[in-house]
Amino acid sequence: MVETGHFALVLAFALALVQTVVPLFGARTGNHKMMAVGAPAALTGFALTALSFVALATAYAGSDFSVESVWENSHSLQPLIYKITGTWGNHEGSMLLWVLILTFFGALVAVFGGNLPATLRANVLAVQGAIGATFLLFILTTSNPFVRLNPAPIEGRDLNPILQDLGLAIHPPLLYLGYVGFSICFSFSVAALIEGRIDASWARWVRPWTLVAWMFLTGGIAMGSYWAYYELGWGGFWFWDPVENASFMPWLAGTALLHSAIVMEKRSALKIWTLLLAILTFSLSLLGTFLVRSGVLTSVHAFATDPTRGVFILCILTLFIGGSLALFALRASRLTAGGLFHPISREGALVLNNLFLTTATATVLVGTLYPLVVEALSADKISVGAPFFNLTFGPLMVPLLVVVPFGPLLAWKRGDIFAVAQRLMAAFAAALLAVLVTALFIDGASVLAALGVGLAFWLICGAFTDLAVKSGFGTVAPATVLRRFAGLPRSVFGTALAHLGLGLTTLGIVGTLCFGTEKILSMHAGDTVELSGHTLRFEGLYPAQGPNYSEDRGRFALLGADGSIAGEITSAKRSYPVRQMTTTESGISTIGFSQLYLSLGDEASDGSVVVRLWWKPLVTLIWGGGLVMMAGAAMSLLDRRLRVGAPSSRKPAGAVPSASPP
Amino acid sequence: MTRKQKRLSVIAAGLAFLGVATGLTFYALGQKASYFYMPADLATASLQPGQRIRLGGLVEKGTVERSQGATVAFSVTDNQKDVKVTYTGILPDLFREGQGVITEGSFGPDGIFVADSVLAKHDETYMPKEVADGLKAKGVWQESKSD
Repeated sequence: MVETGHFALVLAFALALVQTVVPLFGARTGNHKMMAVGAPAALTGFALTALSFVALATAYAGSDFSVESVWENSHSLQPLIYKITGTWGNHEGSMLLWVLILTFFGALVAVFGGNLPATLRANVLAVQGAIGATFLLFILTTSNPFVRLNPAPIEGRDLNPILQDLGLAIHPPLLYLGYVGFSICFSFSVAALIEGRIDASWARWVRPWTLVAWMFLTGGIAMGSYWAYYELGWGGFWFWDPVENASFMPWLAGTALLHSAIVMEKRSALKIWTLLLAILTFSLSLLGTFLVRSGVLTSVHAFATDPTRGVFILCILTLFIGGSLALFALRASRLTAGGLFHPISREGALVLNNLFLTTATATVLVGTLYPLVVEALSADKISVGAPFFNLTFGPLMVPLLVVVPFGPLLAWKRGDIFAVAQRLMAAFAAALLAVLVTALFIDGASVLAALGVGLAFWLICGAFTDLAVKSGFGTVAPATVLRRFAGLPRSVFGTALAHLGLGLTTLGIVGTLCFGTEKILSMHAGDTVELSGHTLRFEGLYPAQGPNYSEDRGRFALLGADGSIAGEITSAKRSYPVRQMTTTESGISTIGFSQLYLSLGDEASDGSVVVRLWWKPLVTLIWGGGLVMMAGAAMSLLDRRLRVGAPSSRKPAGAVPSASPP
Repeated sequence: MTRKQKRLSVIAAGLAFLGVATGLTFYALGQKASYFYMPADLATASLQPGQRIRLGGLVEKGTVERSQGATVAFSVTDNQKDVKVTYTGILPDLFREGQGVITEGSFGPDGIFVADSVLAKHDETYMPKEVADGLKAKGVWQESKSD
C-alpha cells in the first residue's frame, strides 16, 4: 500500500506536468483536442493524490513503523483518531494534504467549468497544474512521506502531545481549504493575463471561489485561535505570532478581494485591481506556507528544519509571485478599465474597504518580515510582538469598522450619504446607549472600553438595519415587509450575517481584553478563591492514567451563592513518557457567553499548587462571530445567481422589489 | 469630476493611507520592537532604564527557587555570564533546568530582570532557535543537546 501511494504520487507529478503543458499549448494554438486534456488530467491527478494520501493515512492508522514519517510521529498506544490525524501532524504529511486540496480544487474546476470558454478553462487548469507540479516535486525530492526504514522499529516516537487533540482534525484541513482555495482565484487571474482579456464569465467565476476559500480560511483561523486558547494554557486567543500572521494576511487580502470582486461582478469596474488582489492573496498564502514550513521561524508549526526545504519553497515562491507579477506588469495595460462611479457610492465604499484592508495587510507583512530582514542584514535579533500590531493594525481597523454599516446601504454609482446616515440613526442610538450603559454601570470601565462596546453594537445594529431598510421596514405595511424580507437575495443576508459576525467578534475581543480579570495564586486543597463573583474551591490533585500518558488532575468545585457545588472544573498536568513531555490541560467552564479559565502550575514541596485563573467575559463571541461570518459566506454562495450550472440566469429586474439596487 | 480627477483622488487617498500607515509602522518599530540578548551581550548593550528586551539562554542548574506564592526566581546563563530573573506566573511546561529559555521583560532598578513572559520551545528539542544560534556563536554549543 505504501509503495502504491508513493508510485501514485510520482504519477500525479508526471500528470501535473502534462496538465500544465498540453492545455497551455492547445490554448495558444487553438487546438481543442489539446485543450480538452486539462479536465481529465486534473481529475486523474486528484484521484492519484487522493490514493497517495489514503495510503499514507492507512500506514498511520495501522502504525506501520517501517515508514519513517509514521515512526517519527506516531505510537501504537495513541487513540485511533490521533493516529489518523497524525497523518498531517508533521511536515511531510501536511504538505501532502496541501497538494491533495490543491488538486481537489483543480478537479472542481474540471467538473464545474463546463460552461467556461474553452481557452480560459484550459489556461486555468494549466496554471493549477503548474502549482501542483512544483509542490509535488517539492514533496518527492525534499519531504517524501513514504521513505521506508530497514529494519523497521518496533515502536514509534509518538506524536507531539500538543497535537494530540481534536483541533488537529479540524484546524489544518479547514485552513488549507482556505489557503489553497485562493489558488483558483490566482489561476483564473494568471489565465486572464495569459489571454490578455477579462470577460464576463471571468468575473462571475472568481467571486464564488473567493467566497469558498474565504469561508474555510475564516473557519480555519477561528478554530486555530480557539485551539491555541485552550491547549497552550496561556489564556490568550491571538498572539500575533508570525505563524498566525501567515494565515491572517491571506485572510485580510482575501476579504479585500471578496469586496472588490463584488464591484467587478456588478459594475465591471476595478477589474485590474481585483486581478492584482487575487494574485497577491494567493502569493500571501504561498508566503505563509514558506514561513511556516521552511523553519525560518521558531514555532509550534515548524515541525522540522531542513535548509534545502526552505530554499526549495523560496524558489517556488519566487517563481509564482515573480512570474505572475511580471505577467501582470506586461499585460495589465491591455485590459480595459471599467465603469465610472462617484466617490460617495457603494463602489466608493468598497474601494475604501480595500484601501484599509490592503494597508492593514501591509503593516502585518512588515511586522512579520521585519525581524527576518534585520537578522539577515545585521546580527541583531529582534522580535515584533503585540505592542507593534496594536499600534499599527488597531488604528487602521477601527475606522474601517466605523464605516462598515454605511457600505451596504449606499446606492451603486452615486449614493446619498445623508440619507444613509438618517437610516442608521437607530443603530447609532443603540451604540450610544451601549457606550453610556457600559461607562456608567460597569465598574472599572475605561472610556476606550465603553467606546469599544459601542463600536461592536454599532456593527451589530448596522447589520440588522441593512436588512430592515432593504425589506422596507417602516415605509410599507408589515405584511409587505415580511414578504420583501423573505424575497431578499441570499447575498444580502450573506453580507448582513458577515458584518454581524464581525460585530460579535469585536464585542468578544473588547469584552475579554477590557473586562477580563485574572489571578495567580498558590493553593492548598480546601482553599477557595474568588474572581469576578465566581468562587472556586480546590478539591485536590488526583492521579489518572490515559492511553499514552499519565496525569495529575486538579479538581476545582465551582460554588454557588449558598456554598453548594454548582459545577466542576478540571485542569491537568499531563506527562507523555515517550517524548518526555508535559502539557497543561486547561480547565474551562462556559457561563453564558463568558468563560472561567483555569490553568494548573507546578506542585510545590509543601503540596500547594500554583493556579492561574482568568475570567473572560464574552470570550466565546470571538469564535462565535467567526462562525457567523462563515454562515454569511455560505448564505452568499447559495445565492441564486451563483448557483452552479446557471451562472447566467439572472433574476428579472422586477423579481426583487427595489430591495437591492440593480 | 472627470475620469482623470477621480483617478487622481483615489490615488491621492491611497497614498495618504500608505503615508499614515508607514508613519505608524516606523514609529511602532522604533518603540515596540524588542531586541534579543544573551547575558554576555548585556555588558556592551546600552539599555534605557525600563526598556523591554528578550533575554535568552540556558536555565542555570540549581538556581530555580519557588518562593511563597507564584513568583519564581532563576538564573539565565550563556555559560559566560548569568542574569537573575524573577517571574510571577505559571512557567511553561517545557521549562526545565539546563534547558533553553527566552524571557521577555525589563531590568528593575536592583539589576534583577523582571520577566512578564517566559517561553520554552514547543517540542522535545527544548532549544529556541535564537538561543541555539547564540550559543553556537559563543562556541559553547554542544551538539548532543537535543533529544
